[in-house]
Amino acid sequence: MNNYHLAAEQITKKFGRRLIFSDLNFQFQKNGIYGITGINGSGKSTLIKIIAGIISPSSGKVIHQFKNEIIDSTNLHNNIGFVAPYLIMYEEFSAWENLKHISKIRGIKFNTELFNSLMDDFLLLDRKDDLIKTYSSGMKQRFKFIFALMHTPKILLLDEPTSNLDDAGKESVYKIIKREGQDKIVIIASNEKSDLDLCNTKLELQDFKL
Amino acid sequence: MVWKIFLFLLLAFVSVAGISFPIVENPQTWYQFPLIPGLEENAKIIFFHVPTAWLTVIGFLISTIYSIKYLRKKNLDDDTKSYVAAQLGLIFCILATVTGAVWAKFAWGSYWSWDPRQTSIFALMLIYGAWFALRSSIESEEKKAALSAVYSILAFVTVPFFVFIMPRIMDGLHPGSADDKFTPSGGPVVNFKMNSNMLLIFFLSLIAFTILFYWMWNIGYRSLLIKEKLNKKIIRG
Amino acid sequence: MKPFALFKKDYHSELRTRYAINSLAMFIIVALSVILFSIGNEKVPQNLTGGLLWVVIFFSAMSGLSRAFVSEEDRGTTLLLQLIAKPSTIFNGKLLFNLILVFLMNIVITLLYSALFEEFIIRNIILFLSTFFLANIGLAVASTIIAAIISKAGAKGTLYPVLSFPILLPLILISVMLTSYSMLGTSFDQALVEIMVLVCYDIIMLTASYMLFDFIWKD
Repeated sequence: MNNYHLAAEQITKKFGRRLIFSDLNFQFQKNGIYGITGINGSGKSTLIKIIAGIISPSSGKVIHQFKNEIIDSTNLHNNIGFVAPYLIMYEEFSAWENLKHISKIRGIKFNTELFNSLMDDFLLLDRKDDLIKTYSSGMKQRFKFIFALMHTPKILLLDEPTSNLDDAGKESVYKIIKREGQDKIVIIASNEKSDLDLCNTKLELQDFKL
Repeated sequence: MVWKIFLFLLLAFVSVAGISFPIVENPQTWYQFPLIPGLEENAKIIFFHVPTAWLTVIGFLISTIYSIKYLRKKNLDDDTKSYVAAQLGLIFCILATVTGAVWAKFAWGSYWSWDPRQTSIFALMLIYGAWFALRSSIESEEKKAALSAVYSILAFVTVPFFVFIMPRIMDGLHPGSADDKFTPSGGPVVNFKMNSNMLLIFFLSLIAFTILFYWMWNIGYRSLLIKEKLNKKIIRG
Repeated sequence: MKPFALFKKDYHSELRTRYAINSLAMFIIVALSVILFSIGNEKVPQNLTGGLLWVVIFFSAMSGLSRAFVSEEDRGTTLLLQLIAKPSTIFNGKLLFNLILVFLMNIVITLLYSALFEEFIIRNIILFLSTFFLANIGLAVASTIIAAIISKAGAKGTLYPVLSFPILLPLILISVMLTSYSMLGTSFDQALVEIMVLVCYDIIMLTASYMLFDFIWKD
């Protein structure tokens, strides 16, 4: 059963005086994988950042509800998992140290078993004590998924999830996305055809509209 | 249009009166100013110097008010208004500093002597300077507006400290400062030594300069807003 | 607890990268030696040494304290922080880091300074210590919020002292005054008004910073 409800009401975003999109309305209620597509510069990343609460819309609002209770914007960060190419982890720490510090800052207990199983899922277990700066870009990208899943989020937001990944990496990511899609809402912003094939529902951003 | 003519007449009258009305020891007629010991003819600067210093502060105040407004509503027009107010504030700040320094050369013997008021206006000039430096270093319009708004509020809350600290650190030379040797009780010149017609012209001058500021500010931000609109039209084709 | 976790993260990161500490330590040495060289064998008037102490403190602070936020922005990890903590946690954690850095830095500066300048004699220790304590808090708070501002702006290095100076000027002036009082041996009661001004400065800066940080942090 799904308890999560995500709704956007009349979202408009302008950068300076430049309009990105206007009056977007949508609701995600059922579990599953949702895709957002659109040409470069159509505002996919902006939209996903707005959903994640990292940037605020110029007008309108995004409402996250869990079990019919609205999640306050100051607590939203512990309910979402976010992956994007422009997300950067601490390079001077190892994978293990990164996630340990992050769990502490989030105020949750570090779950070693979950960590090990996720590292295994993403083919990184043997590198868990290496510094992130020694990772290749594909490994860094996979590591971000572990970061996004460590606090068992209720919703996953993925911006171009398979950038920098080779085929084996893509497979490992798709497997997890499918698994997560069973019991939570997963939103993918991408133009990659193989990414979008996973999605049950697709939305296209075009001419400032969905 | 009417009020522009009014403003012109007002400023013209204030300038003529402020410069040409004679200062005598015992004023008999309405156009004579009283002699203020220690200031003599130098006193006439009050009609021009004080309004510029006043507008420096007003510019800062308006800029901060519109900064707060921007942070609440995120309307870039408010940022433009704040920007123009600060621009004018900086111009008047420079004018007040220069007129003050020139006056100080004749009254105190040197252009600059770190009197509390000189130091205060210098601090204000630093704040304005830092504010414009901050703005010019940011590309994105929204970031520029938000960060400069935050900075101007932050700077605004430090101003009361200057008012308190400066007189304690330095001896005041400035007329009206607490240890002005010509007024044992201290307090602004305005309250004690100006007669009614001098006061009248002083306040007329303050009003005239304030209207002038408002007018310049209004034209300034309206032209900037129109420029924005035109730019947008050209981009959109 | 969460701000403390952020502090621990910064502390570990600092141990590994030596991002702030090394340059800060060198800066203190350089600044002190420049002053010593320029003085040479001259006798320095007593009240001047009190002022010079705060000059060294101000410029050392300007060289090291912006790192709290600029290092995150430089490494591109700001987004990561936004994803794992709310703004008040971030500000508290960074403030804690800067507070400890300021206290360490200023203790080192003051000790070195009193060892190097014979004229620098404090006659009212309690007054000096309370000045030192309150000024350090004010310095840490103001420099943290301004570090947050410049981390989001373009020209980072040069802008920091430019923006900080007007904001810190009241703090520096009153600290210089209080330092010269404590060198003269003025009693605590006589300097109470100035101490209260310093307390007000700290409180106002702290309140303003908490109110304004959200606007800086969220794009």
